[in-house]
Amino acid sequence: MAIDSLVLGAGQEVGKSCVIVTINGKRIMFDCGMHMGHLDHRRYPDFSLIGPNFNQTLTCIIITHFHLDHIGALPYFTEVCGYSGPIYMTYPTKALAPLMLEDYRKVMVERRGEEEQFTSEHIVECMKKVIPVDLKQTVQVDKDLQIRAYYAGHVLGAAMFYAKVGDAAMVYTGDYNMTPDRHLGAAQIDRLSLDLVITESTYATTIRDSKYAREREFLRAVHTCVAGGGKVLIPSFALGRAQELCILLEDYWERMNLKVPIYFSAGLTRQANMYYKMLISWTSQKIKETYSTHNAFDFKNVHKFERSMIDAPGPCVLFATPGMISGGFSLEVFKHWAPSEKNLVTMPGYCVAGTIGHKLMSGKPTKIDLDKDTRIDVRCQIHQLTFSPHTDAKGIMDLVKFLSPKHVILVHGEKPRMATLKGRIQSELGIQCYDPANNETVSVPSTHYATAVASDAFVQSCSNPNFKFSTSGSEHEQGSSSSNRKSIPRLQVSDDRVAEGILVMEKNKKAKVVHQDELLVMLEEKKHQVKFAYCCPAHIGNLQENQETESTGLPLSSTNNDMLQLLSAKLTNELSEVNIQDFGDHLQVESFRVSICSKEDCPYRLSDNGGEEHYEPMFFCCSWAMEDEKLAWKVISMCQK
Amino acid sequence: MKFTCLRKGGGYHFPPCHILDICGFRILLDCPLDLSALTIFSPIPSASKASSVDKPNPKCSNRSGPLDLEEPLVRKRQKVERPLDADDLIYAEPWYKTVRNLHLWNTSFIDVVLISSPMGMLGLPFLSRIKGFSAKIYVTEAAARLGQLMMEDLVSMHMEIRQLFGPEESCIPQWMKWEELKLLPSSLRDVALGKDGGEMGSWMPLYSAADVKDCMQKAQRLKYAEETCYNSTLIIKAFSSGLEIGACNWTINGPKGGIAFISSSIFGSAHAMNFDYIALQGNDTVIYSDFSSLDATEDIENDHSNFVPTTHDFSSLRNEENDEQELAKSVLHVDDNLEENQKLAFLSSHVIDSVKAGGSVLIPVGRLGIVLQLLEQISTSLDVSDLKVPIYIISSVGEELLAFTNIIPEWLCKQRQEKLFSGQPLFGHVELINEGKLHVFPAIHSPKLLMNWQEPCIVFSPHWSLRLGPAVHFLQRWCGDQNSLLILENELDVELALLPFKPMAMKVLQCSFLSGIRLQKVQPLLNILQPKVLLFPKDLKLINSSKSTAFSIFQYCPDETLCIPSLKDKSELEIATDLAFHFDWRNLKQGNISMTRLKGELFREHGKQRLIPGYVQESSEIRQLVHWGSPDLDRLMTVLSGRGIKGTLRKASRGSESENVASAVLVNDPSQALIEVKETSTVITATSENLASIIFESIGSVLDGI
Ligand SMILES: [Zn+2]
Ligand SMILES: [Zn+2]
Repeated sequence: MAIDSLVLGAGQEVGKSCVIVTINGKRIMFDCGMHMGHLDHRRYPDFSLIGPNFNQTLTCIIITHFHLDHIGALPYFTEVCGYSGPIYMTYPTKALAPLMLEDYRKVMVERRGEEEQFTSEHIVECMKKVIPVDLKQTVQVDKDLQIRAYYAGHVLGAAMFYAKVGDAAMVYTGDYNMTPDRHLGAAQIDRLSLDLVITESTYATTIRDSKYAREREFLRAVHTCVAGGGKVLIPSFALGRAQELCILLEDYWERMNLKVPIYFSAGLTRQANMYYKMLISWTSQKIKETYSTHNAFDFKNVHKFERSMIDAPGPCVLFATPGMISGGFSLEVFKHWAPSEKNLVTMPGYCVAGTIGHKLMSGKPTKIDLDKDTRIDVRCQIHQLTFSPHTDAKGIMDLVKFLSPKHVILVHGEKPRMATLKGRIQSELGIQCYDPANNETVSVPSTHYATAVASDAFVQSCSNPNFKFSTSGSEHEQGSSSSNRKSIPRLQVSDDRVAEGILVMEKNKKAKVVHQDELLVMLEEKKHQVKFAYCCPAHIGNLQENQETESTGLPLSSTNNDMLQLLSAKLTNELSEVNIQDFGDHLQVESFRVSICSKEDCPYRLSDNGGEEHYEPMFFCCSWAMEDEKLAWKVISMCQK
Repeated sequence: MKFTCLRKGGGYHFPPCHILDICGFRILLDCPLDLSALTIFSPIPSASKASSVDKPNPKCSNRSGPLDLEEPLVRKRQKVERPLDADDLIYAEPWYKTVRNLHLWNTSFIDVVLISSPMGMLGLPFLSRIKGFSAKIYVTEAAARLGQLMMEDLVSMHMEIRQLFGPEESCIPQWMKWEELKLLPSSLRDVALGKDGGEMGSWMPLYSAADVKDCMQKAQRLKYAEETCYNSTLIIKAFSSGLEIGACNWTINGPKGGIAFISSSIFGSAHAMNFDYIALQGNDTVIYSDFSSLDATEDIENDHSNFVPTTHDFSSLRNEENDEQELAKSVLHVDDNLEENQKLAFLSSHVIDSVKAGGSVLIPVGRLGIVLQLLEQISTSLDVSDLKVPIYIISSVGEELLAFTNIIPEWLCKQRQEKLFSGQPLFGHVELINEGKLHVFPAIHSPKLLMNWQEPCIVFSPHWSLRLGPAVHFLQRWCGDQNSLLILENELDVELALLPFKPMAMKVLQCSFLSGIRLQKVQPLLNILQPKVLLFPKDLKLINSSKSTAFSIFQYCPDETLCIPSLKDKSELEIATDLAFHFDWRNLKQGNISMTRLKGELFREHGKQRLIPGYVQESSEIRQLVHWGSPDLDRLMTVLSGRGIKGTLRKASRGSESENVASAVLVNDPSQALIEVKETSTVITATSENLASIIFESIGSVLDGI
């Protein structure tokens, strides 16, 4: 059994996330994103690789969140390519995704009158096919496929998805954040037993310090700019970052008693806040708790921005879509504001290659060529937001370690950084890790269980405690692969409830697991006991010498009983983890039994060991069963010495 | 599995209560309160009839209340049975009636409590505050929030009464003493003691706000269809029942099969998410606990005038009934909503009539869904009639309740969810408040209410028992006004409930709302669920389909314990395939059977038992430890010589039956050894470990063993 992952997008890059996972005959498409940096066919995943008939080959589509690099190609795939099967996403994603898609569609059409890839109607029709899910809701997609969403932070409604078919199980994380932000909580997931985790790796090598300091840095930059009469442009998508920064600014404005206006470029963000209000239970604990008295998404200082206000005098803060300045209104404002050094543009930590945002971030350009005829002088301040809704490398490592899957696939990152992270996951966590490029398939083995009926006696025996006392570092420690660890000798108590039983397969009957003691009854057979016995000669002198060196103070002349005592003491000394029972005339360790034999004709006395005995030998008559073979021979060798 | 019905409940406000023993765990299903029993108490005294709105502090004017207590009591004693009047009611701080006999069960032996609806948890603080209570409480997040608000409201309404009566002197109130109870009119006594006189022990003084808080802290809140695992053994999931926001049915899956617990459910709700019966499929056992059809009169009754009751006819559907699931589904999907909407429209038209005539309307309905829908319906009707009549919600938790209904789209019906997706508020009240048509106040004496107050008006206010809360004050104010209207649910004994307000000039509409599965839908539902075992209330009649039922039915009635034989006697074990790689299969001589030893770590996880390799040390070789049969000595000799062991066979004399007579193999090469073979045992003697183990192997090959 195997899980095959065909990476159609976000393989060694960020953009157009799309992975087709085949798991025990079910095929799931995780995310259906588009690439913001391309305008040609590369903007969408290569759907032709899925096969000829999407509706027959795909079981369902799962969308993790409303960002375009995760959902941007969905209307195209359903309405133009004709996929009509089920699509799952969380309630907020279903509510907010149409806003994102519509916003993007407008930008696309407005910019250079580009031919639209999908229409408004397409978006509406596409969203009708979506089945909304709640967090942790266990959704039975069909008889065999079960999926479940877990909170991912990142943006409102972002989820990691768990999928299970038969015994094989996996998690696709989408984008996530392991630390809470102003309006969202941190990602949260159960400890699951998983064959595979496919995780984002945007910040595969970045380790971030306290969020608080980085927020302060942002607020200081904004404050300095508006205090100097400058204008702050915050290019951002209507949803997500806009709300987070707005909560941050609103709070700061109140505290500092600032009167500088904050604007939203379109009704879109205001409309978005209406959604956020109803979806408040998906935000952070702190915001959730106050919903009935004050809904955090009722922004008091925020006003609507008109195009005519672009060149109006005076300071202001403006949220303009789209983010990354990939076109539309944020580009228009940028053209006007970029030439003045009083102004400030804040950019998110990550911008897709090919956008103006990306150019601003790579180096500090003084001029940007928009196209053949347009060149923008860039003299304004650029502030890079160093807090991001993505997890950092530590967060990825923490999550992978927590989930401890058998395999990891990295997507949604940059190739060299991913390679570094991959190395860490393999060396530090010992988990097989892959970072496939687009259109590559990774195949990993999956778990499979066979079912059998277990007898009550077997189940009972498994739950009996099985205490073992051992001195770690002694010769009895298992020679496990990790034996290179330095062992500190100390007594350890372990309770390994080892399940031991017998699996019985009979033709045309269900496999059965029984306890050893039940077997013969079940088979209606009589037990035939196979034992070992050996009447072993010992040299008293040896034992006595030993005894002297140990100075246990026993009298020199020894009776049979004393001899047993002596042996017992020796055994206790040498075999630390056994329980020796003394019955007077014999000693018993597990099934091994030893007594002093005085019968001259003991049948278990063999005559061929070394003929030259100086002393009249003592005989220890031993018997044991197979289970204690090792122990028995160890004791015998001790007797003989 | 054992099942005990403690109380079959009564309607929406008093769901049934059961105890289920399964897999060694004891599960309590719901813990409600019988709030209709409050009607045997007197409401806040009617001296305040002159209205609390005019006198914002009614409790002061009634401080003398308790002093008057002696006189009516004396009068009562001399009385023989006659029609009840207001003075017959118990004039004391009310106590609350829990489920009978629940207190007889040892609380500390309850492992799990499953709460199916907000109403099902109103009695829970009584349990959770008991020392030794350690059960895990599972409740949906929505039911938990609503339940908590309902309990907090109850506590706050009770406070008003308590302030009136002052602190209690003794732990047993006067009215509970036998000589007092004896004097109660029989109809009141029946409520106090139960018909058989056994319910006295179920009365309790109300819990405190701290008890409620503590109870809520112990509850684990579940998302819709979230899988939770109790003690690694039981997998518990909640699916919407449609009765109320957050109300649910349960599936409980253990190693010995699955159980679906069906509480009162509604297929097509106009506010809560519909009854998700598909999710209940695949469970061997169904516990049917919807008693709603027992007391469904299904019409609107009116005390003062004759309204034509709405009728419905499902007979045609009933005739066509057959096993086909599709048809069954079509029966289930017959729209309950239509009829419920008619009722709402009907009520709404009477509300309009009343306000047009200058009267006010009091709606002390306790069902959240009905309140939310009536708000929408009435405000629309007001708009249509171009009436500017204010609507008030007076409740200590009203504001929070309304705010909450607008942030849980996940628990609402499809139509409401569509509102989310189109960016509109989930319920009409959001707009109504913004437009100033609806006013929400925490209490009758809120200063803002007094400023805002305007009559005629429409008031939604608790409590439906007409003994607690602001509703009492409004009723006292309007009961003499023939133009005013009171809308009641049918779960109340109207005669008793209105007793303290007589004579009533006010119009009264009592309306029954759908509160569960209609009887004719039970069979189609079961056809879809296809259980093997059905637990069904004795009092309900199953409409049998012509075909014989494929499942066995156990009928239950209160206070009887049913023992249901478990369907699977053996538990399932899953064996990891990577463990199976190491299997050393042996075929038995008699053929057809093969077996292997297996060793691993047994994991109980999510109701499944799994054997995984775990940390068990890999033993280098697998030895046979159990043998059976008797060895063929000649074959043994062949096997031995095949392994380079030479010796002579000394057979025991034939015909000797004694066990002690042994055959023996004397080995002399490679070294001396002895194999002593008896009927049921073999002893190997050798000087070296190696030789001994080769001989052991050889014997193993001529015996059956594992
Ligand atoms: Zn994202
Ligand atoms: Zn992304």
